Amino acid sequence: MSDRIEVLKTYKTYVGGNFPRTESGRYYKVYDKDDNVLANACQCSRKDLRDAVVAAGDAQPGWNDRTAYNRGQILYRIAEMLETRKAQFIEELETIGYSNEEAEEEVNTSIDRLIYYAGWSDKYQQVFGTINPVASSHFNFSMPEPMGIVNIWAPEERPLLGLVSVMAPVIVGGNSCIILASEKYPLSAVSFAEVLNSSDVPGGVVNILTGYRDELLEHMTTHMDVNAFFYTDTTVDEEARKQIDENATLNLKRVIRKPIEDWLADDSQSPYFITDFQEIKTTWHPVGL
Amino acid sequence: MKISDFNQTVSIDQVGIEERVARLNSRSIKKESKVQALKLALSMVDLTTLAGMDTPGKVIQLCQKAKEPYAGLPQLPTVAAVCVYPNMVSVAEKALRGTDINIASVATAFPSGMSTLEAKLEETKKVVEDGADEVDMVISRGEFLKGNYSYVYDEIAAVKEACGDAHLKVILETGELQTYENVRKASDIAMHAGADFIKTSTGKVKPAATQPVTLVMLEAIRDYFYDTGRMVGMKPAGGIRKAKQAIQYLVIVKETLGTDWLTPDYFRFGASSLANDLLMQIVKQKTGVYQSADYFSND
Repeated sequence: MSDRIEVLKTYKTYVGGNFPRTESGRYYKVYDKDDNVLANACQCSRKDLRDAVVAAGDAQPGWNDRTAYNRGQILYRIAEMLETRKAQFIEELETIGYSNEEAEEEVNTSIDRLIYYAGWSDKYQQVFGTINPVASSHFNFSMPEPMGIVNIWAPEERPLLGLVSVMAPVIVGGNSCIILASEKYPLSAVSFAEVLNSSDVPGGVVNILTGYRDELLEHMTTHMDVNAFFYTDTTVDEEARKQIDENATLNLKRVIRKPIEDWLADDSQSPYFITDFQEIKTTWHPVGL
Repeated sequence: MKISDFNQTVSIDQVGIEERVARLNSRSIKKESKVQALKLALSMVDLTTLAGMDTPGKVIQLCQKAKEPYAGLPQLPTVAAVCVYPNMVSVAEKALRGTDINIASVATAFPSGMSTLEAKLEETKKVVEDGADEVDMVISRGEFLKGNYSYVYDEIAAVKEACGDAHLKVILETGELQTYENVRKASDIAMHAGADFIKTSTGKVKPAATQPVTLVMLEAIRDYFYDTGRMVGMKPAGGIRKAKQAIQYLVIVKETLGTDWLTPDYFRFGASSLANDLLMQIVKQKTGVYQSADYFSND
């Protein structure tokens, strides 16, 4: 059977639990470490973003209504699914220049990171929620609640670990998100969407697009239905940062910028990454006596 | 004027209708023409609230929205009418006095139509007396499906008479008529009996308005116009929520009946949430920024 023609995977986007192609019909080439063409990735347009925001908006209330414990279970389930597909991800990372050991380390750390945030799912509320002493007969308490829809630029480097590290803290807190995958290495992100799709994450909670940051920056930061914008790359220049900040003021989007160099390091995960995408709600509950 | 024999059936090419709709839907309306279409669609909306939990407060809010759809864009057209239940007509009349916005009231035991003719006529006269400019009646689907076409015809004619100067819209409730042939037949009966508008649905039965059903009704209006020279209006209602759908309907109207029908006098959308989506798209076209329903009032 040596003359068999190999069936290659079409790398598409992940929106609302489905794998649509970009509506624009445009593609860009993705290269391996030796500059050979690996695949065509979707060059998503503003309309793909628009559709993804609608999907994220539809999914977010239901996701938030789930118990914190259940969200933790689902994050754990993503880790389980990733574990069973380890070989596939190691192979994908090797094509873009990782050694076998480096690739395995990245996949293992990604799995551990999911477990880390799964563990926090029903604990950050207890750590960051407060009971406040007040001078009236009220029981007064403050609790973190999700902001809603978060737009994310996944890190350019570390195409799997970076993606997992920015996604997990956002969704564990009950937000939904639209992630623009690494521009240079988008393929792991699309493969990771297959993991998400087989792990009980409701469609629309995580949406993954591929394409050019320059092109999508404007609409990712101006969209009035998006509540926060998250990016971590240190390479984003001053001009772009200024534009992000200015655009975000339109609907007072929260802009979270975390310049992280080493995604393997312990300090690239933290419960504060969860609270970055939470708003504090304070309740005054009348009590007798 | 010759009245058709309603026992004859005009056969409808189902595949042809659906393919034509699909082809018309592939039209791309962009930029200035899109803005124009959005504004036209907004001016054709019958802003509707038909819920058992309606209160005078809610109707007044809705009338306010009809007068000023979006505070950020004061030069926008107002909607064509506000559509309410009979007991809310006087509330709406007071809230809309001095404006061009019409008051439409459903009548004749909406949505089922399961009442006596006397009660239906009385209800119709009452809403007109209270200030309704337009009456949305439902046909007796049970009688229609039994084949009792003369009953349906006589009933519509009687309600039309009770309307006096008010416009009569006849709701066929196409979701209960089962075939396109029945939709065509009900349209013909309604128009010959004196309807000023024919309307797809009450919004209480699924499926409500669909584009193929609308096309069948538009073709009935066209043929009736060729026969009699009288222009009858069309109102799809129920399930039209997105601006994109609304523009598709406008294309279907334009291609079936021509521009004469592209005015609020002859074409309406029965909808509640459509107005907000139209507004969001108009603001998007103006600012270039995708909008959020968070910043548009519900009523």
